Amino acid sequence: MDLTFNRDEQAFRGEVRRFVAERLPADVKHKVENGLRLEKDDYLRWQKALYEKGWAAPGWPVEHGGPGWTPVQGYIFEQECALGDAPAVMPFGLNMVGPVIIEFGSEAQKARFLPRILSSEDWWCQGYSEPGAGSDLASLKMSAVRAGDHYAVNGAKTWTTLAQYADMIFCLVRTSASGKKQEGISFLLIDMKSPGVTVRPIVTFDGGQEINEVFFEDVEVPAENLVGEEGKGWTYAKFLLGHERVGIAQVARSKRQVERLKKIAAAEFKDGRPLADDPNFRAKISTVEIDLLALEHMELRILSDETAGQAPGPESSLLKIRGTEIQQEITELLVEAVGYYAAPYQPAFLRDGANDEPVGPGYAPALAPTYFNWRKASIYGGSNEIQKNIIAKAVLGL
Amino acid sequence: MDLSYTNEQNLIRDSVQRFARDSYPFDARRRLGETSEGFSRGTWKTFAELGWLGVALPEAYGGSGGSAVDVMILMEAFGRALVVEPYFTAAVLGGTALLLGGSEAQKRSLLPRLAAGELLPTLAFAEPQSRFDLGDVQTTARQDGAGFVIDGAKSVVFHAVSADIVIVPARTSGERRDEHGISLFLVEGDAAGLTRRDYPTVDGHRASELKFENVRVGGDALLGARDAALPLIETVVDHGTSAVCAEAVGIMAALYEATLEHLKTREQFGQPIGRFQVLQHRMVDIFAMCEQARSMALMAALTVGGPDPTARRKAVSAAKNYIGRAGRFVSQQAVQLHGAMGMTDELIIGHYFKRLTMIDTLFGNADHHLERFGRL
Repeated sequence: MDLTFNRDEQAFRGEVRRFVAERLPADVKHKVENGLRLEKDDYLRWQKALYEKGWAAPGWPVEHGGPGWTPVQGYIFEQECALGDAPAVMPFGLNMVGPVIIEFGSEAQKARFLPRILSSEDWWCQGYSEPGAGSDLASLKMSAVRAGDHYAVNGAKTWTTLAQYADMIFCLVRTSASGKKQEGISFLLIDMKSPGVTVRPIVTFDGGQEINEVFFEDVEVPAENLVGEEGKGWTYAKFLLGHERVGIAQVARSKRQVERLKKIAAAEFKDGRPLADDPNFRAKISTVEIDLLALEHMELRILSDETAGQAPGPESSLLKIRGTEIQQEITELLVEAVGYYAAPYQPAFLRDGANDEPVGPGYAPALAPTYFNWRKASIYGGSNEIQKNIIAKAVLGL
Repeated sequence: MDLSYTNEQNLIRDSVQRFARDSYPFDARRRLGETSEGFSRGTWKTFAELGWLGVALPEAYGGSGGSAVDVMILMEAFGRALVVEPYFTAAVLGGTALLLGGSEAQKRSLLPRLAAGELLPTLAFAEPQSRFDLGDVQTTARQDGAGFVIDGAKSVVFHAVSADIVIVPARTSGERRDEHGISLFLVEGDAAGLTRRDYPTVDGHRASELKFENVRVGGDALLGARDAALPLIETVVDHGTSAVCAEAVGIMAALYEATLEHLKTREQFGQPIGRFQVLQHRMVDIFAMCEQARSMALMAALTVGGPDPTARRKAVSAAKNYIGRAGRFVSQQAVQLHGAMGMTDELIIGHYFKRLTMIDTLFGNADHHLERFGRL
């Protein structure tokens, strides 16, 4: 056993670190570092830089444009991007629908969609949840009725992240109402520009606008956009969920946030001394750091199994649960750290480009909105309650 | 022992609950956020007419001679309705400071106007470096003839944009964190040399950063004893803390009810989600915390006006600590159990969440009061 990376892996880490330092646009880095809101173009500029380097899709096979990395290299890459304050990769194309098309798509679909995902020409979004189907995803109702060479699609998807930017949406749709509800679900790729598709923004209580409702009214979708077989959508969705959980722990990003928390605690005062010297607050920071170490080493063990050829099992749900709990804990501590200066609401300072100085310290304006916004993390991607159900059933056999 | 409300208190409770239910719709509250003062002067006038602004003031000064329990009853209903009118700032902090610190002349001239809704005071209890330490005061007041000249800065002064009078702690002697040497001054909201930077707060209220540059006040602007205002400030803030504890209880009760209703009506997997045992137990935890928070707010309200300062401090800090912790749990779980719906700006849930978060910070968070309790 060896907890350290070997010489090649260390060299690779240096290469990624240099690349991030050289190619990540400074303004994007600044936004990520300070928890400010990212625009579509911010994501795209970084994604294009990765694409030019051949690093856009770490998890893809080489024949489709993947870099051919080992799982450890993929892990190092993720880690270095996060430590260097690169924006998180928007997962919908590269990590979600991409792997599904590679595994289950037709040759025509691969040829048509994969290059455009790789180059970020198409922005994808995920059409899963519906107003009546959240945790009970399989009860979804959006219907797709086959009519000759196309499907007629009707219904609504909701909580669709960044649908306002999207060119394409992959949807779970109901193609049959009979039999087991999971067996009537199919996986359909829909052009967001199709007539009959409308996007309605949903504002979240932090004041942000990243989620949407998407309505489909008699939308004609070419039958060639069906992935795999009709009625097998649930199987593909489960395959995709396995992919979604990889990387969801976000250890390196949380580490950066802990560093930021420490910096802020050193700059803030409590009883006339730096807050960072306060034993109680220091204990809170240390506790979250220790929790983070436990998560990191759990992730490394899963990575080691993966290197040995073992696919990540349902226990990777633990990564989602603990990863999001720790992220949320850090956002709470950041709010605590700034005391009253969490109170001013200064949306202009959540984007870059405000000319004025903010009220209070420059690091404060994004902290409360980030705490509010991050409550989503224990809800999305299968709520943490659902993740516990998965573990109880699939791991513990209860 | 008797923990039941008096007839008068029951009347107040009925009227404020009716007001919160019928006259303060969430949509209207949302629209107030767009206005420069962030609240309705008409509603403020209604508060005065209903006797709420002077509820805890003696009758001799235009009040109705009630107590902190009456304030608690009002604040709880204000919490449920997410009232943005500056009640805790003006009536609780301002009213208590003037009543406990004012000379007979100051009380006679100011308190009846406060009770009538004609005078809106605020208390500038924080400075940029002070965090929750009320004695960390760098703002200075230098004697100049019969009057004083004030210089310094105050941060996050609630509703200063609307304040006729800002009650300002300033150092008349001693060093930055000395307990001795702090005095309170009544400064006109439009005094020369006083500048404001106004902003909304994340929970929909209004606050300002204040800067004092050569602000001249007369000798009669001194409120209470010179150099010895810290115990008064602490008492006033304890009254404010007791009041916002009650506000938090109102919010938590509303979150509890909304979440319970959601568990009974939202169906997934062919049944109401409230049928799942894990959510049942979570809901019981929420219920238990709401009940204990209510008990703590009552304890604080019954103790805060009493003669024993140690008992007052202990009760208030215990309540604020418990309510800080409970408020965090209840607000987070209310969002969690509502699922993504709980994240929306459209639902009131998130707005309760934000107010509870800020109430935890206000007058010192759970950690601050834990330490204060431990020191007593």
